[in-house]
Parts: sequence; structure tokens; C-alpha cells
Amino acid sequence: MGQLGTYALLLGLALSGYGAVAAALGAKTDRPVLVESARRTAFGLFATILVVNGAMMIALLRNDFALRYVVENSSRETPAFFRALSLWAADDGSLLLWNLILAGYIAAVALRFRRDRPATFPYALSVLFVVQVFYLILVNGLATPFATMSSRPADGAGPAPLLQNHPLMAVHPPFLYLGFIGFTVPFAFGIASLLAGHGTDEWVSIIRRWTLVVWCFLTIGLLLGALWSYSVLGWGGYWAWDPVENVALLPWLLSTAFLHSVMLQERRGMARLWNIALVIGAFSLMTFGTFLTRGSVLSSVHAFAQTAVGPAYLAFLAVVMLVGFGLLMWRLPTLRTPARLDSAISREAAFVGNNVLLLAAAAIILLGTAFPLVVEAVSGQQITVGGPYFKSAVTPVFLLLLLLAGTAPLLPWRATNRARALRRLRVPAVAAALVMVATALAGVRNVTAVAGFGLAALVFVANGQEVVSGLAIGRRGGRSGIVRTMLRGRRRYAGLVVHVGLAMVAAGITASSTLGQQTEVTLKTGQSTVFAGHVLRYEGLRTDQQPQRIVLSAPVKVNNVGGGGAGTFDPRMNLYPAATEPIGSPSIHRGVVWDLYASVISLQEDGNSATFRFYRNPGVNWLWLGGFVMALGGVAAAWPVRRRHDDDEAPTSVRRTRAPVEVGAV
Amino acid sequence: MRRITRRRGILLGVVAAVVSAVVVLLSTGLGKDPSVVASPLVGRVAPDFTLSQLNGPPMTLSKLRGQVVVVNFWASWCTECHTEQAALDQTWQQFQDSGVVVVGVNFEDTTGDASDYVRTAGVAYPVVEDTDSRTALAYGLRGIPETFIVDKTGRIVDRIIGPVDATKLSSEINEVLLAGAR
Repeated sequence: MGQLGTYALLLGLALSGYGAVAAALGAKTDRPVLVESARRTAFGLFATILVVNGAMMIALLRNDFALRYVVENSSRETPAFFRALSLWAADDGSLLLWNLILAGYIAAVALRFRRDRPATFPYALSVLFVVQVFYLILVNGLATPFATMSSRPADGAGPAPLLQNHPLMAVHPPFLYLGFIGFTVPFAFGIASLLAGHGTDEWVSIIRRWTLVVWCFLTIGLLLGALWSYSVLGWGGYWAWDPVENVALLPWLLSTAFLHSVMLQERRGMARLWNIALVIGAFSLMTFGTFLTRGSVLSSVHAFAQTAVGPAYLAFLAVVMLVGFGLLMWRLPTLRTPARLDSAISREAAFVGNNVLLLAAAAIILLGTAFPLVVEAVSGQQITVGGPYFKSAVTPVFLLLLLLAGTAPLLPWRATNRARALRRLRVPAVAAALVMVATALAGVRNVTAVAGFGLAALVFVANGQEVVSGLAIGRRGGRSGIVRTMLRGRRRYAGLVVHVGLAMVAAGITASSTLGQQTEVTLKTGQSTVFAGHVLRYEGLRTDQQPQRIVLSAPVKVNNVGGGGAGTFDPRMNLYPAATEPIGSPSIHRGVVWDLYASVISLQEDGNSATFRFYRNPGVNWLWLGGFVMALGGVAAAWPVRRRHDDDEAPTSVRRTRAPVEVGAV
Repeated sequence: MRRITRRRGILLGVVAAVVSAVVVLLSTGLGKDPSVVASPLVGRVAPDFTLSQLNGPPMTLSKLRGQVVVVNFWASWCTECHTEQAALDQTWQQFQDSGVVVVGVNFEDTTGDASDYVRTAGVAYPVVEDTDSRTALAYGLRGIPETFIVDKTGRIVDRIIGPVDATKLSSEINEVLLAGAR
């Protein structure tokens, strides 16, 4: 297996090198045959990397301890499911998956443009192959995933305990990778359009569509990461402003900004330079994130063990920025577009505001994340920037973004018919005011909470109202009328749905971050405590010896204060042989309005006494549901529909003549 | 046309300058070794221990004052520990006559497994057993292998997380020996 993997990796490197050269040469010398052969190479490359990953997967499943990676990340006792997940449990293996996903994207691009090809296609293909060459060089020497052991040990160390503690590990990393690596495609087409140099906007709709796909994956990946943190780490929260979380959020913010500002270019021919800068920026931030996580510069839950590939990542980051922004400056004269806003109260102005705010949020987060690196470089001191900085700096920006998301979709393009837009704002504004008053009357004195709930209501009602009125218009034409209306205004409705999801996420974050309660108590067996309207009684320690670990569970009986049972908590501590500290496993009673959450912190007197932390977290499930709705909206916007239904590619001149209050949020 | 070319040159220069600044800043992070962790213990007196030796009389850390001590936490079931075995042996051979002691502290292991490993792998330096993990707790162990370097006055000068590297370890020991001689 080891040899198969090693040779397949070499073959993959050769194939991507060939693809990069053939595509670029074919375009330069106008030889379509070469481009076509490069396009077909993409499928060969994908198959090759698939074999590589298959070889590692089989080695892991069969516990082939001749391979160092298997010894370090699997063991006889590890269940088969987690053995398979070990493919991305450590740096070397996850790079194989990374390469597979990148090759998959290249193959998808090759398949998508098998017939009608934009002029930029060959260059874009070449850029994609070049990126793949870099990631394949990493695993062809700098890192050696298929390195063998000098002697074959009887057993392995097993995966890192935290990574074999929850099945969410199966989906969080792949989705995040799909989101992260996907930025290569918009970047490649952006670079290709700069290389080709003709000032057309042909690349815009291509990049927009691919960015949407990537945005969906990244949204889901971030969400699953938050869910994993909440369900596994036992600290009652879902976002810790950990550097690696931050660097995953940065490209998300930039791509969200792009998905809005791209409409300025499609509709009004504005912001061409800005948009391409965002695409290059998102990919640079993604590369920066990879460097930070894998280059072993900082420690975090996510950081991989020390590797020798740090300088390689840094060099790649430098090349990406130099080529990307260098080309941008080179082509500056062709990218200039007239920047003229007809009115401060127009959709265009709102998009500009949206971009300023999203970039401000990204800048605040980037500053906080990079600051420890700067301080250490300058003064040698190790510092960390904690949650309070991020929270206090980012909250006002996010609140303003909500205000825009709740008003902008009702604003007209240009400045015509402002009165009508303001009229449609009446209901959402009243709803927001009512929610704010109700929140304040309910005893909430936290200004952020009141504002957050009010603005979430504004976004929810404003966007929901547009969807409902669209449905109402469509219904006049019967069931097929609704479908037709939705399809015709697909981008608009999908965008509105994303905003509705955003409102739910905002409400969830506001509720959980401002109205949560928590307590820490030590209970002896049989002893009870009262928390948030519940009587919690510790039932005594139970021990369960499993093949790969020892599970210590500390069951807690939950009763309502007024009487009546509400079930049992079962927070646990898992002891893995490779870990010095036990890994906690919280127990969560999920509810529509709030979750009751218990984790066991420590055990004393052979388990006759246990220290627990209990949380009452409101709104966390709105966050998951809202995130799901956002991703759903994104999928609806990106879903390929045949052209006769789809007005995406309609020429801009046609669109401009439509009704003045045309809404298209994504 | 010439104006365009000049402006282009300036803009490209700006891009190059910004990128180089970012690279310089980030590369300082690469220079340091993240396995060397800032620990509140560094600079303080090493927590003392008296532990029974696998093959020999009990050992007490404070009785080794005047010598540089490399305290290495390990276990027979820890594969990472196996990979650093050669480096530790080499350090022991190289420095045992210069007033350096390597002590292996066996962690969460059985005496039988530990002895088997010491015999088959040919571990030459003294190995003690931390049977109730009290020493590991005192040192705030994050995982194994983990290594502490204790200077002649009994203070911890460094903490290394993960397997040690022979070259790095010996240069560090040389530094500690030199600092002590000054």
C-alpha cells in the first residue's frame, strides 16, 4: 500500500505539472488540442489522487503498522469508523484529502466546461494545476505520508483522543476543506482574466457561481465546527475566537462581501477592480490560514504537530500575493470602472456599505489573530488576544450589517421610487420595535441583546415578507405559477432565504451570548443542587471499560423544581491510553428555546464526589437551524438550472429595464 | 504611456514591499520551535521527587544539584517516545562525564512493560517509576514525551513537548553548561 501510494503521488505530480504547462502553452500558441489534453488530464489526476487516498484508507483500515502514519494515528482497539477518519486526523493524511478535494475541483471545472468554454478557461485550468503542483510537492518529500517504520510495531498509538471522541469529526473537516480549497477556482478564473487582459466582464458570472458553491460548503463547514465544539469540548460554547476558527471565518467574510458587490458589476458595470481584489484576497487569506494552521507557528486546538512544511507554505503565500496583487496592479488601467452612486439611499449604496462593514469585520479579526505574531516578532513576548477583544470590536459591526440586511433588499436600484421602498419597510420596522420593547419589558437590560433581537426581527420580517409576497403573486398562476415565480426570481428569493437564515443565526447568537446562565458545583453521590428551575441530583459514578478507552460517566437526575421528572444527564469522562488528561464528553438536553448542558470537570474520592458545570444556553438551536437555512439558500442560488428558466446570464441591458424595485440579494 | 509605466512600477513596488513585510513578519514565527513551550515552571526550582529506580536504588532530584538533569517523561506504550530513544541515549553517552544526568520518568505504565522495553531497547540511563503520577502532576505534564532541562542550581531552564532532537538537545545542554560555568 505504501509503495502504491508513493508512486501514485509521483504520478499525480507529473500529471499536474503537465496539465499546467499544456493548458498555458495551448492558449499561448493557440493549439486547442493541447488545451483539450490538459482538460482530460484533470480526470486522470483525480483518479490518481483517489488511488492515493484509497491506499492510505486501506492501510488504516487494515492496521498496516509498517506505515508510520498508521502507527501514529491508529491502533488495534480503534473502531473501524475512527480508523477511517484518521485519514484526516493528522497533518500528512489530511494533506492527502486536501489534494483529493483540489483534484476534484479541477475535474469539476474540466467537466463543466467540456463544451462551451470561456476564453479564460485554459489559463484558469493552468493556474489550478499550478496550485495542485504546490500541494503535491508538499506530500512528495517535504511531508512523507507513506513513510515506513524501521521495525513493524505490534500496535499503534491511536488517533488523538479529541478526534476519536465524536462522529462529527467525520464531516466537519471535509466540509471545511471543500469550502477552503474551493476558493482556488474563483482565484484561478480571476487570475486568468487578468492574464488574458481584455476588459470584458465574462469572468464575473463564472466566478460568482463557483464562489456561491464554495460559500455554501464553507458555511456548512463553519457551522459543523461550531456544532462539534459545542457538543464535544464541554465548555458550553461554540465559538472561542481561536486563531484557526478566525482564519476560517476571514475568507467567508470576504466571499460574502464579493457575492454582494458582484451584483454592482453585473447590473451597473461598477466595482470591477474591487471584485477581483476580493477574489484574490479571499484566496490569499485562505493560504494564510493554511500557513497559520499547518506551518506550526501557533498553538491551538486545531494546530497540527510540528512539521517541516512551514517555510513552503510561507513561500506559496508570498507567490500568491505577489502574482495576484501584482497582476491586479499591472492591469489597473483596464479595471477602472465609473464609480458613481445616484443616491445614498439605493441598493448600490447599501452594497457599498455592506462591503465596508464586512471588510471592517475581517480587518478586526485579522488584526486580533495576527497581533500575537507581531508582538512576538517585535518583543519576543508571548501574548494571546482573547474573546473580549473580538466580541467588543466586532459586535457593533455585525449589528450594523444586520441593519443593512434588513433594509437593503427593500431599497431600489438607483434612486427611483424611494417612497415605495420606505412604505414596504413599515411592517419590518414596527416588528423590530415591538420585539425590542418586549425584550426590554421582559427584563433584559443588556443593550446589545435588545438591539440584536430587534435587528434580527427586522431582517427576518423584511426578508420573509418579500418571500411571502412573491409566493402570493405566484399563486395567482396556480401551483405552476409559484414555481415559475420562484424560478424566475431564483437569485432574489435564494438571497432572501439566506437573510432569513441569517436573522435566525443572529437571534441565536444574541440569545446564547447575552442571556445564558452557568454554574459550577461539586456534588457528592445522592446530593442535589438547584439550577435554572431544575433540581439536579448526582447519582454516583459508573465505569465502563471499552476496548479503546475507559468511560467514566457521572449521571445526574434532572427534575423540575415544581415536581415532575425531566430525564437524566449523562456527562462523561473518557480515558484514552495515549492521553494524560481525560477527555470530557458533555451531555446536552436540546430544546426549542434553550438547552440544558452538563459537563463533568473533575472527580474526587473515587467518584463519590464530582464537580460539574451546568449551563442554560438559550437560542443555540436557532443558530444551527438558521445556519442550515442560510446554506439552503446558498444551494438554491448556486443550483444549476437550464437556461430557459434561468435569467442569470441575461444581458444586463435587459435587466435594467425591469420594474424599479428589483431585488436580488445574492 | 510613460506615465502609466511609471505608475505601474510604483504600484508593483508597493505590492512587493507589502508582501515582503508580511513574509518577514510571518517567518519570525517559523524561526522558533513551537515544541519549546513557555511554561510558568521555566525559571523556577524543579519540583523535587524521590522515585524508585527500575534497576537500582531510589533517586532524588534534589540530590543531583550541581549537575544538569534532563528529566524525560515516557512510557513503553508511547510510540513517539520510541522515536526519541536514540537521541536521549546519544545525549547520555555524550555528556555523562561532563556532569549531565538523563533521567527517564516512567509514566502510567507497568513495571513489567517498562523493564521489558528498557532491556530490549538498551536504555542505559537511569529510569524511575512515577507510579501514582504525582510527579507528572507536579510538572504539569500535557502529554508524553515531554522533557525538562534542569540546571545545576535545580532550576528548570526549558520544557520540550514531543520527541527531542539530538542536535538541538546537545546544543541546549552545552548552553546550560556554559551558563553555569560563567
